[in-house]
Formats: sequence, C-alpha cells, structure tokens
Amino acid sequence: MEVVSTVRPPLVTGGKTASDVTKDICRQVEGKPSKSWLMGMAISLTVLAIGLYATIVLLWEGIGVWGLNKTVGWAWDITNFVWWVGIGHAGTLISAILLLFRQKWRMSINRAAEAMTIFAVICAMMFPGFHMGRLWLGFYWALPLPNTFGSLWVNFNSPLLWDVFAISTYFTVSAVFWYIGLIPDFATIRDRAKNKISKLIYGALSFGWDGAAKTWSRYESVALILAGLATPLVLSVHTIVSFDFATSVIPGWHTTIFPPYFVSGAIFSGFAMVMTLMIVARHVMNLKDYITIYHIELMNIIIIITGSIVGVAYLTELFISWYSGVPAEQYAFLNRATGPYWWAYWTMMTCNVISPQLFWIRKIRTSIVASFILSIVVNIGMWFERFVIIVTSLHRDYLPSSWAMFYPTFYDVGEYLFSLGFFFTCFLLFAKFFPVVNMAEVKSIIKSTGSTIKTSK
Amino acid sequence: MELNKNFLVGVYSDPDEVVSAVKKIRSNNIRIHEVYSPFAIHGIDEALGYKRSRLPIAAFLFGMTGTILALTMQFWMMGIDWPMIIGGKNFASLPPFIPVTFELTVLISALGMVGVFMVASDLKPYKKVKLMDVRITDDKHVIAIDLGANKGASEEIKKLLKETGAEEVNEKNFD
Repeated sequence: MEVVSTVRPPLVTGGKTASDVTKDICRQVEGKPSKSWLMGMAISLTVLAIGLYATIVLLWEGIGVWGLNKTVGWAWDITNFVWWVGIGHAGTLISAILLLFRQKWRMSINRAAEAMTIFAVICAMMFPGFHMGRLWLGFYWALPLPNTFGSLWVNFNSPLLWDVFAISTYFTVSAVFWYIGLIPDFATIRDRAKNKISKLIYGALSFGWDGAAKTWSRYESVALILAGLATPLVLSVHTIVSFDFATSVIPGWHTTIFPPYFVSGAIFSGFAMVMTLMIVARHVMNLKDYITIYHIELMNIIIIITGSIVGVAYLTELFISWYSGVPAEQYAFLNRATGPYWWAYWTMMTCNVISPQLFWIRKIRTSIVASFILSIVVNIGMWFERFVIIVTSLHRDYLPSSWAMFYPTFYDVGEYLFSLGFFFTCFLLFAKFFPVVNMAEVKSIIKSTGSTIKTSK
Repeated sequence: MELNKNFLVGVYSDPDEVVSAVKKIRSNNIRIHEVYSPFAIHGIDEALGYKRSRLPIAAFLFGMTGTILALTMQFWMMGIDWPMIIGGKNFASLPPFIPVTFELTVLISALGMVGVFMVASDLKPYKKVKLMDVRITDDKHVIAIDLGANKGASEEIKKLLKETGAEEVNEKNFD
C-alpha cells in the first residue's frame, strides 16, 4: 500500500526499505574505488603536494615568505582561518540545532556535513599555527602550560587565547559527536564484512556495538545532550572569532555587530559548502533517493535566510559608520567601497547579497545546476568578505606615509592550496571508507517518511 | 553480563510490532532479556520498563567541574601566581574569563558524559561482540528471552512470540 503525505514530500524516495539503506550505503565502503573517486583523489593529492612544498618552505624560511608587510600584518592566513571555521559551522548546525528542532531532513546529510566540519576545523587550525612561525612551539605558547619563564602564563584577557580554547573545544566535541553517531553504522559494516582485515578494523571501530535497547536509549540521551552542548558552542565559536577583530580599536573592526554577523555568515558559507559537497556526492555515489531535491531546497532556504542576515549586516555597518560621525570609521568604509580594493568589496557584495536572493525563485532553488553554481559563488563571496574586512581595514592605517597594499606571494596561495588539498583528500577518504549517510537514523524514518510504506498485515 | 546461556530469539521487521510485542510478553509475566535493533525505536524503553538514563546528571556534574576548574585556573594564574597589568585593567576580573570558562565547561561536560556512556554501555574497541542475530545491524529487530530466567515455559514463549508477529523464532546458545 502506498501512502504519500500531502503536506510534505518524502525524505527517502524510491520505495527504499531498511535493508536497501544498508546495501546502498555500504556499497561505497565495500566496493572497489570508482573511477571518479580515483580522479578526485589524484587532483586533491596534486593540490596537496603543491601546498606541501609551499608549507615546507614556509616552515623552513619563516613567514617572511608571505606577502605581509608592516602595515598589513594579517591577510590571507587569517582570511583562510575565518573562512574555514565558518564552513565548519554548517555541520554542527545540521547535526545539533536541527536535532533539537527535530528536523528529520537532517538525517541523510548530517554525517557528511559533520565530517566536513571536522576537516574544515583542522584546516582552520593550520593557519594560526603557521603564523606563529614555529609550529612546534605553538602548543607551548598557546596553552597554559608550566614553563621556565616563571611560569609566565598565557593572557586570558586576549580574544586570541579564547580562540584557542573555542576552536579546540569545538573540534573535540564535534569529533566525539560524529564518532558516537558512527558507531552503530560501523557495526553494520562489521557484520557485513567478508574479509578478515575489514572485519578486524570495523570491529574495532564499532566498539562492540550490539544494538541493545538499553544502549540505544543511552545513545539517544547522549546525542540529545551533545546537541544541547554543541548548539551554544557553535554560536560561541564564531562569536569568539569575531572578537579577534571586534575587541580591537581598528576602524572597520571595532563594531558590536560582529558576533551575530559572523555567525550567520559562517552558517551561510557552511551550507554553501555542504551543498557543493552533497551535490557531487549524490551524483557520484548515486544517493539521489536519500538526498532529494527537497533536501536541496531546504538547504537553499537556509542559505537565503542567513544570506539576507549577512546583507542586512553589511548595510547596517555602512549606516552606522556614517551615523557614528567618526571620520576614521567613515573613511574605512568609503575606502572599502571605492578604494584600491573596490573590486574585492563589490565581489563580496555581489556574491553574498545579490546571488542568494535568486533562491527566492522556486525554479532556481530546486535546480541542481543552479544550486551547485550558486553554492560556489557564495563560498567565493564569503572568502572575499573576510579578505575585505581584514585587508581593507589595515592597509590604510593611521599614518598615510605607511599606507600600503597587500600582494599575495606564491606561498600565501600555496598555504591555501595546502588546506584545500588536505580538506578534499580527507573528505574523499571519508567518502570511501566511512558510511556517508547515517544509516541507523535514516532507517528509523523509513516507515514514517519513506515514499512507499508497507503496512503490516 | 554472562551470555553462556540459552536464548529464544524472536525476529521482527516492524519496529511498532516490537513495541506491542514487548508489552504483551511482559504482561504475560515473561522476563525479556533485551531487545536488539538496527535503530532506536520510539517508546521501547518505556515498554521494557527501563528507567530514564541518568547521563544528563553526569553531564551536569562534569560541566560544573569544568566551570570550577576554569575559573580557579584563570583567577589563580592571572590574579595570584603572576599578576600582570594588561591595558591598565584589573589583574583578574570575571568578564574576560567567561569565554574560556564556557568552553571548558562544554568540553569537560561532553567528554565526561561520553566517557560515562562508554563505560556504562561497555563500549570498547577490543570487545568481542556477541550478536543474537547478525541481521540486527541491518533491518531486523530481535526480542531475546533468557530461557534460564523463564524456566519450563519454552513452548509457551515460542507461541507468544509467533502470535505477536515474529517472523522467525530461533534458539541461540552462547558457549
């Protein structure tokens, strides 16, 4: 008997049963790597290799190889840092905030989105690490460890130190949350494994999971509380990232609007990245019945909302800079829009404010091609947002005699390539060896939102 | 948990049937060893008479530990051990210590609770798993009844399992 809801489209199409879910998702893990996977891996590894060369030179020579100068002391490194942390936010939003709101459409995308979060946060952590010059001393400088200077402790009044705690907590909690969700699915792969090695590896990874009702009940309670902890956590992370700028006295940075503006920008860019990855994954791995057009449409709606918040924030900033009556503040914004970096400002405005508004049109937000292109446009725009905020606020500082421009060198670009190569290599490895869709959760909604419902007897 | 016992294992496909089966079996005064499923079934813990998990309490206590630890650490380091004048501000004051306090509260609460969950549910990488039925990680739900705890009622239980919608009733023996 077929029952289709008239209110909401089904979340799993194609009349899938629980056993089909297992087969469809495990097929990726058990089969030989596909041609498209190998090609993707080859490209990622090439990018990673170029980036690795740049990174080795950077660590050997020091950060003098970057294009920084004494006026612009922060540029691509912190731009990339904020960009990557922002991308990470969507994963937690999907797995934690949508769990608290009981949004079932999260279930087929949360696993991959959270993997994206974890890899993106690792990429983000690289940049402050590299910028410290001596990466191997980073831990020692950034953490309150006893040392031979006194002990002279780290400065707990500094937002840069808050960042250390925020990002490392965020990474740890996301990784734990992700792993807890993976355990039942690893057990599924373990029980299907044919050869000894995968039996052994997935057996260890599944922690002896046996699906007992008592364990499931505890698991649900752990998931709920982790979601409850991760929700304020994810909001705090980008808030603290924005404090890096907002607590300074640089015109263009010194604004109270930064925390909400950064958080919505983060979710905006994160959803765009989830969209990019999921559209490719759904196509290459044949997940069209799990990641449906309805999922894509819902994600696009979040992109319109957060994109519009970002747009309003840009306009508010402009208005407040004029209304404040502070000449330095007014000049900072005039310089952004009409100064030598006008092209970066208008790229940001076009990509972030205008392009997501296209999603108001139903045809565009349900089109896969349009969603894919716009998701990349949004991520370019969000990269430029950080570049604009950081570089244009710095390059014309207090003394016109020290005004300068920032020109990236090969090593600035190389570090960025390194993070991109690392991210995509990790994501491809995840897509091959881990279950990309949370099988256990998807199975639990088959009966209520599958397209075909088998009634018992 | 000792598992070298004899079990009767009823295999079901529909999660809702499992819940009603559990209720019926329990109302017949038969003790259920455990239900095993590929995903969490709504209402199964109430049907089995399980109490609500106390993990939220563990999370709260670990969280408090984190808060206290973070505040003590910061006030001691900045206020007592090596006071420094930074930007002409107080040596130690609460507002700038809030972000780190919040992060450590969340960190220790999350790690502590997950640790307790792992220990309570006996989840560990080197554990040898004993499954009632290999299909419970795929698409089947299983009600396992310990024959040792329900002596002499084997035939009756078999009939009851079938009546409540079990597709198969198997015997499982862990030696």
